[in-house]
Amino acid sequence: MSAVVAEHDEHHADDHHGPAKGLLRWIITTNHKDIGTLYLLFALAMFFVGGSMAMVIRAELFEPGLQFVDPAFFNSMTTMHALVMVFGAVMPAFVGLANWQIPLMIGAADMALPRMNNMSFWMLVAGVLLLASTLFMEGGAPNGGWTLYPPLVLQPITVGKALPFAVFSVHLLGISSIMGAINIIATIFNMRAPAMKLMDMPLFVWTWLITAFLLIAVMPVFAGAVTMLLTDKFFHTSFFNAAGGGDPVLYEHIFWFFGHPEVYIMILPTFGVASTIIPVFARKPLFGYASMVWATGAIAFLSFIVWAHHMFTVGMPLAGELYFMYATMLIAVPTGVKVFNWTATMWKGAMSFETPMLFCIAFVVLFTMGGFTGLMMAIAPVDFQYHDTYFIVAHFHYTLVPASIFILMAAGYFWLPKWTGHMYNEKIGQLHFWLSAISVNILFFPQHFLGLAGMPRRIPDYAVQFADWNMISSIGGFIFGASQLLFLYIVIDTIKGGTGEKVTDEVWEDASKHSLEWTLPSPVPYHTWTTPPAMVPTEHVLDTH
Amino acid sequence: MNETAAKKNIKLARTLLLVAVAMFGFGYALVPLYDVLCEWKWIERDRPDAIKKAPELAYKVDLNREVTIEFITTLNESTPMEFHAEKKQLKVHPGEYYTVNFYAENKTNKVMIARAIPSFSPAVTSRYFEKIECFCFSEQTFNAKEAKTMPMRFVVNPELPEQYKTITLSYTFFDNTENQ
Repeated sequence: MSAVVAEHDEHHADDHHGPAKGLLRWIITTNHKDIGTLYLLFALAMFFVGGSMAMVIRAELFEPGLQFVDPAFFNSMTTMHALVMVFGAVMPAFVGLANWQIPLMIGAADMALPRMNNMSFWMLVAGVLLLASTLFMEGGAPNGGWTLYPPLVLQPITVGKALPFAVFSVHLLGISSIMGAINIIATIFNMRAPAMKLMDMPLFVWTWLITAFLLIAVMPVFAGAVTMLLTDKFFHTSFFNAAGGGDPVLYEHIFWFFGHPEVYIMILPTFGVASTIIPVFARKPLFGYASMVWATGAIAFLSFIVWAHHMFTVGMPLAGELYFMYATMLIAVPTGVKVFNWTATMWKGAMSFETPMLFCIAFVVLFTMGGFTGLMMAIAPVDFQYHDTYFIVAHFHYTLVPASIFILMAAGYFWLPKWTGHMYNEKIGQLHFWLSAISVNILFFPQHFLGLAGMPRRIPDYAVQFADWNMISSIGGFIFGASQLLFLYIVIDTIKGGTGEKVTDEVWEDASKHSLEWTLPSPVPYHTWTTPPAMVPTEHVLDTH
Repeated sequence: MNETAAKKNIKLARTLLLVAVAMFGFGYALVPLYDVLCEWKWIERDRPDAIKKAPELAYKVDLNREVTIEFITTLNESTPMEFHAEKKQLKVHPGEYYTVNFYAENKTNKVMIARAIPSFSPAVTSRYFEKIECFCFSEQTFNAKEAKTMPMRFVVNPELPEQYKTITLSYTFFDNTENQ
């Protein structure tokens, strides 16, 4: 099939040009592959920026007492680490993957709205720069936590001049991701190869379709909430100001109405990538394709009706606590279906353990652990003890680092050879995996103990009984942080030529049975699927056909 | 991409953009919705009951029962005042009327308009704590350096469920001068 495509591209050589020359190419590009690359590289850079902030946090917490930074700056670091990682690293990285992969996987020539695609990337850059600029302002960057809760965030002593910049940054990031989401939905609905029905789509495409709807539904709500903060601060409205009849608890409700779907915005594409990679290395079709699709939809729906489990301690009637408790536990059902399906896909498969697969297996195990601690905190009376301690920090880092981040790494190893035409260095890849997988547990597992023992989150200093586990956690953090430099090296090395081994079109054995992109030449030409493929691989949906 | 496909894409994008705009509006609609949910007691909130003036009804005094009322006085971060209650706590019988004095003093040389916001813990007890007279019913104007003694007259409704032995009532003074 690849031969057909190559011939086809030559045939159309006169109405398609290659990339523009020089730096301008990256600024004016509307090519989905270029924009995908921009998103991914930007996210990688932000991963290191946010990671450096985490290193500052772990260095300060290495020993009790104040060593390196003053408490206000420490609080800025926890706030900015979260904002940069969520809005600058994880979300853009998945948008980058979507840009590269969705058109390739559904047989589309490009994204549906290529110019808007370019604009949404550059708005992301503007938003993140605006946020980063607050670090250099009088009074420092926002330091009231990434949730921006009033009244804390409205008090002049804690925010300095940063609040309006943080708010406008959120607006830009929100508009950028809404545009990205609209583009993805339009691409999936309108640009699919005619041969591909919705239930033929790879799981990655499915999960992104559902994620895009979540983004459109909740990013505007968050934009509204921060706008209310802004008008409360500068225009004497009283949405959250108690003196004027407002209520700070209202903000928590609005924020978490956004915030809970937001955490699924970061995890659903993760599920999609895992469901794409595991079958290739298990050399089996994905187990339970249709149930995967339905489970994704169910998780997305449930994410809208469980938000108050983030605020059990704020004061709710008993019926409310019970409702949010049981609704939250319900999420374990579709999530359990997914974990079961991944395991069943590997069951009796002819598995091989290249780096992408190793990251996926670690994801299945460690994400499940993060899910279990989530279930513990869903129990309202128990949550009163865990609330705002390191237990919640351990929980959500388990669902984000060895889940979203590991899967993004897996995606990098899995698709880089396809994108660049070069093979990465498997030895260094495996070293990166083992260092990451071991150190991430040294880093986050002790935080469960700290939380259960009562250490609060977001503090620069702590009581001496927490010293030992904090030191171990910090050591794990430093190893984890340093190990990621290996990934940076591998990405650069692979782009420059990697091992020098020329990869085949399908890169991984029989990958072309699973998804369309492996039928294209490696490296992927600048323009692909100018005519849609006549037939699509259905290996991944085998048991539903 | 041919022209009809481009049109289809733009049409879909417009529809989705409308959804996004509607969701922005929905964020604001959550504000009145929140008040409604509070009224239906889906969300526990003490303020509407706490700043309502109750009529002075005669209740049967329950001498067998004692409830401890604790008073907390706080100043919002930028309020230049002195503010405290005459006593930290008071043991009361449900059904009997009591008066507690609060003292507030403007420390500045300017007129200050301030508002005291009450809060109850546990929040549900606010329904049974009936205030006949309170400085929190309206904004208070203080002349420069003016000190005021402000009585707060209340009764604990005998219907207060048995399990509540202590009610904590907290007042926070907010400087509202600039918001006038």
